[in-house]
Amino acid sequence: MNIQTASQINGFLAAFVLLTAFGMLAQKRIYSLIHLFTWQGLFLSINTAIVGYVANKHHLYISSILTLSLKVFLLPYILHALIVRLNIRKEVETVVNIPATMLIGIALVIFSYHLTAPVTELSTLITRSTIAVALATVMIGLLMMITRRHAVTQIIGFLAMENGLFFAATSATYGMPLVVELGVALDVLIAAFIFGIFFFHIHTTFDSLDVEQMARLKEEDYTE
Amino acid sequence: MMLLVLLLTPLVAAVVLAFVGDRKLAPEVNIAGSAATFIAGTGLALQVYENGAMMAGGKFFFVDAFNVYLAVLTSFVSMTTAIFSKRYMRRERQHGRVGHLGMRFYHAMFQLFIFAMLLCLLTNNIGVLWIAMELATLSTVLLVSLYRTPTAIEAAWKYFILCGVGIAQALFGTVLLYFAAEKVLGEGGDALLWTNLSQVSDKLEPTVLSLAFVFLMVGYGTKVGLVPLHNWLPDAHSEGPTPISAVLSGLLLNIALYALVRCKVLVDGSTQTHRAGDIMMGFGILSILVAAFSLLRQKDIKRMFSYSSIEHMGIATFAFGLGGPIATFGALLHMLVHSLTKSSIFFTVGHASQMHRTQEMDRIKGLIKGNPLVGWGLMFGVMAIMGMPPFGVFTSEFLILTATMKDAPLMTPFLLLGLGVAFAALLRKVQNMVSGEIPPYQKPLKAAHVPVLLHMAIVLFIGIHLPDFLNRWFKTAVELLK
Repeated sequence: MNIQTASQINGFLAAFVLLTAFGMLAQKRIYSLIHLFTWQGLFLSINTAIVGYVANKHHLYISSILTLSLKVFLLPYILHALIVRLNIRKEVETVVNIPATMLIGIALVIFSYHLTAPVTELSTLITRSTIAVALATVMIGLLMMITRRHAVTQIIGFLAMENGLFFAATSATYGMPLVVELGVALDVLIAAFIFGIFFFHIHTTFDSLDVEQMARLKEEDYTE
Repeated sequence: MMLLVLLLTPLVAAVVLAFVGDRKLAPEVNIAGSAATFIAGTGLALQVYENGAMMAGGKFFFVDAFNVYLAVLTSFVSMTTAIFSKRYMRRERQHGRVGHLGMRFYHAMFQLFIFAMLLCLLTNNIGVLWIAMELATLSTVLLVSLYRTPTAIEAAWKYFILCGVGIAQALFGTVLLYFAAEKVLGEGGDALLWTNLSQVSDKLEPTVLSLAFVFLMVGYGTKVGLVPLHNWLPDAHSEGPTPISAVLSGLLLNIALYALVRCKVLVDGSTQTHRAGDIMMGFGILSILVAAFSLLRQKDIKRMFSYSSIEHMGIATFAFGLGGPIATFGALLHMLVHSLTKSSIFFTVGHASQMHRTQEMDRIKGLIKGNPLVGWGLMFGVMAIMGMPPFGVFTSEFLILTATMKDAPLMTPFLLLGLGVAFAALLRKVQNMVSGEIPPYQKPLKAAHVPVLLHMAIVLFIGIHLPDFLNRWFKTAVELLK
């Protein structure tokens, strides 16, 4: 595979990562969201392997396998098991104003390109064109966490952000040093257990995973 | 060697406590583990004091005057908190607020949290610094929700989500930092080592570092609790068990600020401007003002003191941003005395709220008559935190104020306004709680004397006479942060 093709495939996969990010922004069904998240992880994993091959960076293979096992198999499996256990498989979140959120998402993409322009200019890597996409994925994950009111959706936003960060590390520097990659993966794994426990706590305490109900801790309400 | 002992002790203690569980011995094991950590920390400090900065474990760990004093502080406060938590948690258990499993979890996570904080401080790798910071958050999330009340779960969820968002920004900043470092230092783990980075910081690309600092500021700033990124802090600090509030306010905020300052040194070296400092000053002054005015409207005692923590972290951030030897010296001292005073206040607050079975300030009364140690402890603690002489907080705030008048005179009125409002708010509320007759619903309890008295004595001593070794230590740290 020559550099030209690799660069094109890299751009192609980056487009898909961004597409899945937008897909998540628009998706109301919890179940379908997990599928989208799985796809995003798969694109990321393939991309990492290709970059590793072309740039001849063997530690990227390990990152790729790590991503594949964690984000394509383990996390979706945990999420899936949780929603089955909590019996919310068919749950549809009421989301207001998806078109507006999508427009903000587009604005965030443009903003990311603007913000990372100096970095892209300095970079000599074949992946430099996708740095902006990576930041955009992080931003869209953030937007999702802010606009959504369902605990599972917020967590998927959180994980999508983490995907974006991983993507950014691959695009900007061919991945972080291995010790950091492993540590981050470990943190994500611990986080997965914690939100798993949380889903049960929230579900038993509030009878639903809608975090809108969690609004007791406001300054104004404290007088009561 | 000492360093390894220091790091491994809490980790081993965490595993042991996970097995000991809710047995009668668990609090003692917790205290023993923390005490061993403190001894190891002191040993390490003595080594550094005699031989200067050192590296260990290849280049993986790095100790200098700046982080070793925070390591000693962290191990000390965690030890006193463990002593305090012994009786406190036993009473909470009797009150039925926490169960069998909860206690096992509480002790193990407490030690894991200390491990994460020490790893943050001692690691030389800024990537590992990030990982340890995230670990510190994750280990405390479920402690905040330990009581399983709806508000506690809400607070913990907010803590988890908001800090997760924040810390993700910091990781992006770290990626950018690595991007710049790789060009100078080459690939691999060495390019993330702080000692290597600080040597070549003038060669790092300034545009990238400026951008990285924005992300790092937002990321670690969220954990420091700077306004407007502070939303999680009052909830998390007020809903969790009081020993956890004490270590969150007294230690974790310091650690996050430490991470931010370490990054700032690199950015300053690269950009050769004061821009990073200006950003920190802006966040700092905003935090001081917003927190001071929020203090006025608080009804919940722990919530009020967590706003006070935001204010004080604002002061330290502002002073680090201001730079210069006096302000930096003041900021380092402020981190120390705030940590000691605030954790001591939380100890007394924990006692007070257990005596009244409420955290509502309107219902807490007659503390001095009910339990002189708790009453006077709270009164003196609050006087110290307000910056009254002769306590140590006065010294640090005075230094910072002097430096502000000299280097940024326009900021002085804002700083004074913040300090004044906080003073008035705290004094009024605390007077009502400590004075007056004992209300009928107040229950007597046996307070933990040692932690409160020890902390207050140190803060008082530092205020009257700053010991020579601390002075030398801070001066070395100031040199490092120039």
